[in-house]
Amino acid sequence: MEQFWADFGIWLGAVLTLGIISFLYKDNIFYKAAEAIFVGISAGYWFVVFFWDNMVGKFWAQTVGAAPGETQWYPWIGFILGVLMLARLSNKIGWISRWPLAFVVGATAGLYMMIFFVSNAMTQVAATIRPFIQTGHMSIFNSLIIAIGVICGLIYFFFSKEHKGAFGGAAKLGIWFLMITFGASFGYTVMSRMSLMLGRLDFLFGDWLQMIP
Amino acid sequence: MKTKELIATVLIIIFFAICKWLLPKPLQFSPLVSTIIMIAMGLLFVFILIRTLMGKYIERRIVFILVGIALLLPFFMQFELPLQISPEVQSAVDELKKLPPGSKVLASFDYDPPSAPELQPMADAFMQYAFEHDLKVIVMGLWPQGPQQAQQAVEAAFEKNPQLANEVVYGVDFVNLGFQSGNEFVVQRMGESFKAMFPTDINGTPYEELPLVRNITNFSNIDFSLNFSAGKPGTQEWVQIAVDRFNLKMAAGNTAVQAPMIYPFLNAGQLVGLMGGMSGAAEFEKATEKTGKATTYLLSQSFAHMVVIAFIIIGNVAFFREKKENK
Repeated sequence: MEQFWADFGIWLGAVLTLGIISFLYKDNIFYKAAEAIFVGISAGYWFVVFFWDNMVGKFWAQTVGAAPGETQWYPWIGFILGVLMLARLSNKIGWISRWPLAFVVGATAGLYMMIFFVSNAMTQVAATIRPFIQTGHMSIFNSLIIAIGVICGLIYFFFSKEHKGAFGGAAKLGIWFLMITFGASFGYTVMSRMSLMLGRLDFLFGDWLQMIP
Repeated sequence: MKTKELIATVLIIIFFAICKWLLPKPLQFSPLVSTIIMIAMGLLFVFILIRTLMGKYIERRIVFILVGIALLLPFFMQFELPLQISPEVQSAVDELKKLPPGSKVLASFDYDPPSAPELQPMADAFMQYAFEHDLKVIVMGLWPQGPQQAQQAVEAAFEKNPQLANEVVYGVDFVNLGFQSGNEFVVQRMGESFKAMFPTDINGTPYEELPLVRNITNFSNIDFSLNFSAGKPGTQEWVQIAVDRFNLKMAAGNTAVQAPMIYPFLNAGQLVGLMGGMSGAAEFEKATEKTGKATTYLLSQSFAHMVVIAFIIIGNVAFFREKKENK
């Protein structure tokens, strides 16, 4: 019986995969059915995960369901804020939902203000201003490229002075650096999408058709 | 449904029926057949280029089919691709190799099944390497499906080296703490107390009853960390909080989409190593001598990239041809 359900799962997965891939031909009923099933299952999955993890695992277990003497009061704050968020469903009291939202935005901004400033700003600036005299010609070359790329990129975004002469040349070099960066990023994205397709083909021709050695 | 579409559907069903019930399993081409297929593909592209020069353009669906074929065929071929290990992958492996037996390694699995083709091979190789070198692995996930992916990596390690299944003891050599919601706030809280975020493991066993972790208070008790990430929350959040704030030593394995955003952290020394996408996974497999799926996948990917490059050239030929005609 267990084998039957395992095979059934693989067949179902294969049919749904083919349904999604059929979109490459054009929009059709198989694709729409597979898409609707995916969206429905995803929504259900996330609801169940967060219900058991947050509502039961964090709130209930520490408040109503906690052992005597271990009851915590602070999960009630989160519970109340969560309930207030639902006020958005009503036109009359919708404004109340701004309170929990303000809390979330404030807490996230508070955390991010420092960590982004340190990790994404100051550390990166320090990594840009590196000593040119290093061991190995490639290190010197890399440091130079980083410094020139950053300076020219910044010049491109400096609009208070007309992009003419040497300044314009640096701005043009800056846009080249940006384009190469976007190109590399796009190349990586293509690589990633190919990997997704590879995963599906491996499933279809390996797990389902069992043709892959 | 129109007749054309009905015929296409029937043909697809016939194709898969032949694959399922008539073709030999597993299917493997001899080197001669593989070479002939490669040459035939090359000639096909020359043909498409000539047609393009003559002003007869191919339909976009042909492009999809050819990319699909290019991805699929290498699964059945016996070519071996020369692979050079990049410094960022080598550095991650070097850090792993420096760890003495008994070192505690925290592995966060921040991805789900869609990203598994890129990240699972890295995870499988890492898990096998860690168990074989007696590294103590603590697994967790900021994504709900992450700990399940970790479990798959453990099973893959046991399958490849069955001896490990008898040697590795859960709770002593390896612990799966499971998923915890809260994104980067989980990492922040772990900086003070692991137990506060994970009072039990994935099976519900209390934290103090797990010999491997009961003496671990926070990141200061962790020797090395590896993050497998497909997005947010992931490597960036780990670097910002665990690395920069709590001085955790970390390497990362990322999807190719995410890798360009993570490279600056490597350049700045915030990460000690980085494995980006399928190529990173294949390099990691080679460096740890744990050949797996990424090495096979890389051949398919390289073949498909050649097809994409060929189509870019053909597309540009069509563009300049039309431009010239319009003049």
